[in-house]
Amino acid sequence: MLDKEGIAKRIAQEIQNNSYVNLGIGIPTLVANYIPKDIHVCFQSENGLLGMGPFPKESEVDPDLINAGKQTITMLPGAALFDSAMSFGMIHAQKIDLTILGAMEVSEMGDIANWKIPGKMVKGMGGAMDLVASAKNIIVAMQHVNKAGESKLLPTCSLPLTGIQCVKKIVTELAVLSVLPEGGFKLLERAPGVSVETIKKATLGKLIIEGEIPEMAFD
Amino acid sequence: MINKKVANAEQAIEDVMDGDTLLLGGFGLCGIPENCIAALVKKGVTNLTCVSNNAGVDDFGIGLMLHQKQVKKMISSYVGENAEFERQLLSGELDVELIPQGTLAFRCMAAGYGMPAIYTPAGIGTEVAIGKEVRNFKGKDYLLEEAFDAKFAMVKAWKGDTAGNLIFKATSRNFNTVMAMAGKITIAEVEELVEPGELDPNQIHVPGIYVHRIFQGDHYEKRIEKKTISV
Repeated sequence: MLDKEGIAKRIAQEIQNNSYVNLGIGIPTLVANYIPKDIHVCFQSENGLLGMGPFPKESEVDPDLINAGKQTITMLPGAALFDSAMSFGMIHAQKIDLTILGAMEVSEMGDIANWKIPGKMVKGMGGAMDLVASAKNIIVAMQHVNKAGESKLLPTCSLPLTGIQCVKKIVTELAVLSVLPEGGFKLLERAPGVSVETIKKATLGKLIIEGEIPEMAFD
Repeated sequence: MINKKVANAEQAIEDVMDGDTLLLGGFGLCGIPENCIAALVKKGVTNLTCVSNNAGVDDFGIGLMLHQKQVKKMISSYVGENAEFERQLLSGELDVELIPQGTLAFRCMAAGYGMPAIYTPAGIGTEVAIGKEVRNFKGKDYLLEEAFDAKFAMVKAWKGDTAGNLIFKATSRNFNTVMAMAGKITIAEVEELVEPGELDPNQIHVPGIYVHRIFQGDHYEKRIEKKTISV
């Protein structure tokens, strides 16, 4: 079973060379720490920055320079600044190659819910509805089951949706799965030490298992 | 040059009335019009509709106006980080319309470009789409979203001149440019106000035609919401 860092590490393997990537809040933010040295990637922060660098040293902290999670950050050489309209312009014009975000639920059709629990939590969708509506490729980073032990990979989402038929791949503490265009979660890899049976039990939506399922490989 | 300079925040917002709609720039606490917000709190205007990406935190930014119960309705994309906000929302005291962040930016942009509406795919298939016109272009569905119609916009820039030209620093630009363009009356507060000719015209982010009043803020706290340091 993977911890949060492990999920981030596995997702980092999905990042193609020379790509523009938007990372959501939470586990997705950790992905930046595991990019292989030979992979060139440019991170977008939807509050208006391309070329986001690591968190600053104490002496570099600038209140005017934050990421979309409101954390202080730095800019890398070649960075560019812009306003929110241009930021979402480049998102909707599909200039961003990959979006990685968290979710509360994903359906076997690739629908995603991650912004609201009626009566309990209303924080808002932020940029998530824009990102999922237009991203060329969406990977979800999340726990396979919620705190109550219920599966988050469902036939249909029960929570208010963020977007429909958009999630392409899911990485959890148990598995890597792709969402098939015709519907269904196709099991691609198991986390180290996790059995196919465990994944079956934790997946309420349609799970497709073909042949031997390899264990995730880490360097 | 047309002189847009006013003395201070109190003078800049003196004709804001109960029930007005305000566009307030900033992302989180980054690039918020601190001095205008302080003046609005002091003036005590109520029943405001505030359009802003976020709602501040409990004791800073728009949170200060929420505490005074000056806000009737918030239109935002993300409102975490604010317990008083959540309390007023769940108790029904505050009307909240949550909209996608890109939609928020584009509805401002449309107003600033004289366009009545825009089409966006954000929110298709979700509760955001309820009651809105959907149109299909090249096989993909889009929602019709109307331009904001706001009496005032209040933005914060790094530098400005008395002709109203504005320059922003780093990610504090965020919604400030498009909101400046969208207001019927746009009030800009700046850290440094200079005479015409002192700013490089090549570097201007918002031309002064969009700005009606400008003043130099007398104090900027620039509070950091989540100071994060690399180890």
